[in-house]
Amino acid sequence: MCECNCHTNYTLDTLIPQVGIITDIRQETPDVKTFRVNAPEGGKLFEHMPGQCAMVCVPGVSEAMFSITSSPTNKEYQEFSIKRCGELTDVLHSMQVGDEITVRGPYGNNFPVETELKGKNLLFIAGGIGLAPLRSVINYVLDNRENYGTVDIVYGSRSADDLVQLKEIQEVWMKAEGVNVHLTIDRPQDGWDGHVGFVPAYVKELNMTTDKTVLICGPPIMIKFVLAGLLEMGFSKEQVYTTLELRMKCGIGKCGRCNIGSKYVCKDGPVFRFDEIDELPNEY
Amino acid sequence: MQRLIDRAKELLADGTVVRVLGWKAGDMGYNPEPAMFDNAAELRNFVYDGFCGANLSKFMIEASKLEGKTLVFLKPCDTYSFNQLIKEHRVDRDKAYIIGVGCQGKLSMEKIKSMGVKAIESVSGADAFDAAEELTFETLYGEKTVAYKDAMLQRCHVCKGKEHMIYDELLGESKDTKDADRFAEVERIEAMSPEERFAFFQAELSKCIRCNACRNVCPACSCRKCIFDGTKYDSAQKANTTSFEEKMFHIIRAFHVAGRCTDCGECSRVCPQGIPLHLFNRKFIKDIETFYGEYQAGADTDSKGPLTSYTFDDVEPSIVAERG
Amino acid sequence: MKKIVKENLPALFRAIAAQQDLFLPIKTAGQTNFGLWTEEAEVDLETLKTVKSGKDMFFPQSETLYTCLKDDKKIYIKPEALQDRNFVAFGMKGCDVKGLEVLDRVFLADPVDTFYAARRKHGIIVAMACNEPETSCFCKVFGVDCAEPSADVAVWLTSTALCWKAQTEKGEALTATLTAAGLLEEATEADLHHVEGEKAVTRAIVEKLPYMNLSLEGWNGEALNEKFNSPLWEKLYKGCLACGTCTFVCPTCQCYDIKDYKTGTGVQRYRCWDSCMYSDFTMMAHGNNRTSQMQRYRQRFMHKLIYFPANNDGMYSCVGCGRCVEKCPSSLNIVKVIKAFAAEKTNEGGAR
Repeated sequence: MCECNCHTNYTLDTLIPQVGIITDIRQETPDVKTFRVNAPEGGKLFEHMPGQCAMVCVPGVSEAMFSITSSPTNKEYQEFSIKRCGELTDVLHSMQVGDEITVRGPYGNNFPVETELKGKNLLFIAGGIGLAPLRSVINYVLDNRENYGTVDIVYGSRSADDLVQLKEIQEVWMKAEGVNVHLTIDRPQDGWDGHVGFVPAYVKELNMTTDKTVLICGPPIMIKFVLAGLLEMGFSKEQVYTTLELRMKCGIGKCGRCNIGSKYVCKDGPVFRFDEIDELPNEY
Repeated sequence: MQRLIDRAKELLADGTVVRVLGWKAGDMGYNPEPAMFDNAAELRNFVYDGFCGANLSKFMIEASKLEGKTLVFLKPCDTYSFNQLIKEHRVDRDKAYIIGVGCQGKLSMEKIKSMGVKAIESVSGADAFDAAEELTFETLYGEKTVAYKDAMLQRCHVCKGKEHMIYDELLGESKDTKDADRFAEVERIEAMSPEERFAFFQAELSKCIRCNACRNVCPACSCRKCIFDGTKYDSAQKANTTSFEEKMFHIIRAFHVAGRCTDCGECSRVCPQGIPLHLFNRKFIKDIETFYGEYQAGADTDSKGPLTSYTFDDVEPSIVAERG
Repeated sequence: MKKIVKENLPALFRAIAAQQDLFLPIKTAGQTNFGLWTEEAEVDLETLKTVKSGKDMFFPQSETLYTCLKDDKKIYIKPEALQDRNFVAFGMKGCDVKGLEVLDRVFLADPVDTFYAARRKHGIIVAMACNEPETSCFCKVFGVDCAEPSADVAVWLTSTALCWKAQTEKGEALTATLTAAGLLEEATEADLHHVEGEKAVTRAIVEKLPYMNLSLEGWNGEALNEKFNSPLWEKLYKGCLACGTCTFVCPTCQCYDIKDYKTGTGVQRYRCWDSCMYSDFTMMAHGNNRTSQMQRYRQRFMHKLIYFPANNDGMYSCVGCGRCVEKCPSSLNIVKVIKAFAAEKTNEGGAR
């Protein structure tokens, strides 16, 4: 009676996830773990761009949006750095290599690595777990080094133990050519001989030249003060990007909850330029 | 009505209260809304007539958290809810200045429409303190009249009386509107065979759209977080995954308000699908009266509820089981 | 135009239902909603508005998306089959059909919601012209002509017959089948005359409806922040009970939640209607961006009147069906919101 093929292509529905297998777990900090995820038959679940997110789910527990922290230039797997802060993340933190989860995505837009950011000097500013989405961009930039100018990374955390991806920062980023890494922690600590102080103040101290395009991610309060500092230093809002990974559910701009004004964070974001955010009503 | 506005203005002016909780005139003459008035000027939109069925007691939970006293207009039946909320420490008596307003029966638009009155442009006869025997509607399809009594909310036919249970002062004349036995409907359902009864509730509850209007309007449903809003259970408050869930929601709710429900009838008034939800509560009230003697929740603020106190004379559970 | 005499409507329904599912207004325990036709069902074509709009025929209140089965550590995902059988939605009104156009903008936009798309594809809409509209109706404000609804088939119920006019290919096909079965016959000149008469009468009433001249002036994308920051919201929301009545009876509200239901042997992932009025709508592990009822109330109307048009070429997410006007337990509604903002504007221009 019906010749349509709509019952054969249902797996295309973006609300239906893929099964992913956890192939590696790294304890980054006391409350952050990085999970490596592959398709059960091996290989990557999907291709993505830096800044995009995916919905990670433990069936029967819950589902939430996480940024994909691995770079698309990694051809083998995807990684998620996840902070323990609720029901789902509790369960995720109790999982072992070999356990399966479901993943759907990738969702949202991405940092404009192939357009606006190309050829630019880049300044990355991250706080705490906020490094997760930026790490994807940083590694993408390092793997396509010739396409970008100078790279500065300012990364701060509460303590030295709360710095995520420290091994990669020290062994890869700090050794990469034309890359300056500036680490800071909030309070002095035994065994730490680096900078001490909050990220916004450190950014000002570093007295960066305004020829850079800035990518920020971290706690809202940090973002607020960093932005204010940058504007004081002469940066314009058109030079500054951030990512608002909040409140998403469907991931495709349909379920209706993550909007700020007429923009859906999951679809029109999560990456926004600050001049775009300025036009949105104050509801984030 | 002007009496109420004038008195409200006086109380605002002399500083007794800082705001007024009442009803604001709608745009159609039959759709007033519960509203908060912050000053005398805003009171120009105040209204009180036969369409002001909304029980304002529950709004006092939020008003109790605000600075200063709120003037609230309560109808006789609303005062039972207010008392019950005092008993449950949900409202602050000292934050309320209560004007007990007279009531001559409140009207149901659902009922009016079911009598074939539609496309109403204006209505007369719904005066609060001088309700007419007949309501007259000017409609796009001609003039229609309906007996006031026939247009009343179900609860008004079993009115608890003209007395206010709590107030600071009284204004306006009430009328006794009771013309039916409170438990007649319950008895009719009790007389059904179990199959008939199941079919009756199945038909009624299958209409439920899980909008939660009954719960949100209910003065007894004052939990800060409803169990049906929890994420830990598979009983999502908005999903009608199975017909079992709909029944469970209403039955659990009825159990939860048993002994505390004053029978204010708001649940049935607000249901967009016309489900007679009061029947559950009234069945519990009837059973409580049978087992523990006459009891009216909200009649006072200090008596112990029959389901929250224990005496040696309490009925044995086996009797409950036998009676079914 | 075709027709069928009123007495033969049961035969028509039987014939349609023999070929595919037939949904139409059915009265259950005193209330009329769209339901599956059966011989026993009490079909009700007289009630002007079903309680729910009929959007649930295309976007059910709850629907399973897939089932997850676990075998030790392995997870298997079994997607729910899509609608692959035709069905007829009989008796939707012009506003209800327009509501689907609004939903299409959401669900058929990239990435397409395949569940909805399949139902749209297989649904044949037979829309019925209104007669005797209510004072709560304001569909004309949103460009709906309730006297001649635009759908696969438009029908008019006169005192003696149902007149039937196919308007699309899908409609033509259904008409051809029913004509071949001897159920539909050619309408006479008199029938056509009668239908034209009905249309004229209905359109004349529409002109007299109290909300007919509701102005949407000022509700556009440029006014976004001005409207968002208006102190009026603080006044307007006060009576709101935070229930979901307005959203659940609305033909255009499409927000949903995605949840898991543990079946005992696996996990059913389903989606269900959600309401932006609910206190937990935007609640997430890391916080909530709309913590007050004022914010939630504002969201609903900002979405319908500003955000949605901004994203959809000016199309409002309201079709003027007036269900919220009739059903809100506190008598709040979109009309009152629009009027309140208009009055504010007038005041500003006037004495103040």
